Amino acid sequence: MLYEQELKTFVEGTTNFFEVAAQQPATIGSPYLMEGSPAVHEYTGVINISGKREGVVYFTAPKAMLTVLLMKMQENDFSHETMRDLVGEVANTISGNARRDFGRDFVISVPSVLTGEKPDVPHKPGQRSFIIPINWRSHSAKLVVSLS
Amino acid sequence: MNGKRSLKLMIVDDSNIMRRRIERSQQFEELQLVGTAGNGLEALELFKKTDPDVVTMDLTMPRMDGIECIGKLVALKPAVRILVISALADKATAVEAMEKGANGFLNKPFTDRQLNEAIAELMR
Repeated sequence: MLYEQELKTFVEGTTNFFEVAAQQPATIGSPYLMEGSPAVHEYTGVINISGKREGVVYFTAPKAMLTVLLMKMQENDFSHETMRDLVGEVANTISGNARRDFGRDFVISVPSVLTGEKPDVPHKPGQRSFIIPINWRSHSAKLVVSLS
Repeated sequence: MNGKRSLKLMIVDDSNIMRRRIERSQQFEELQLVGTAGNGLEALELFKKTDPDVVTMDLTMPRMDGIECIGKLVALKPAVRILVISALADKATAVEAMEKGANGFLNKPFTDRQLNEAIAELMR
């Protein structure tokens, strides 16, 4: 179960990431319940959550968006490995920031990264997942929060 | 610490992007980068070889996390100055890092200005 206030924590974390790291605000849409298989983009950074809550948080984005994000971060390396590094770091940062509200018993894993548009995203059957839509410049990405 | 003396810097983070970002953004001429590490175990090995004066330390890393690594580095060199740079934003984690021997804490994401202010505070 995920409460409205808890979702707000992730919305605020995502907003803060783009404002500070990308120096350009993103438009964060209203969270909605995911139905069916998770829709992902080319790169997905996954954080497993354990402790007082269990589940996953993942950030999924297309390569074009990550490329621009790297440029805004003054990166010169746009390799596949750097894209993987970036989605993992975004997922890690937003999840880690959530501990401001969830506390230290909200234990986050190191990021794992999935690539391709049909990866095997971890999902517990019956667990509700919320999608937080992210629009930044002309690109769209998603943060998916699935916690018990 | 005397700001004019050359100080050896080690950067520890499991993200290559973050390591490069910290190296590129820090503006202290007296800091000489002696190496970077991607986890606590690598950091410990590098620390023994290069004897840094200043360390930036991520917390969530594979193999050995930052909290454990801080304790080991401080045991080897009590005078080392350690700035934690982490996404973990709860107060309890910051307190634990400081109790282990860290001297400062900066949350990710951060601006260049915040990074340089935190390093300046560390070296004061």
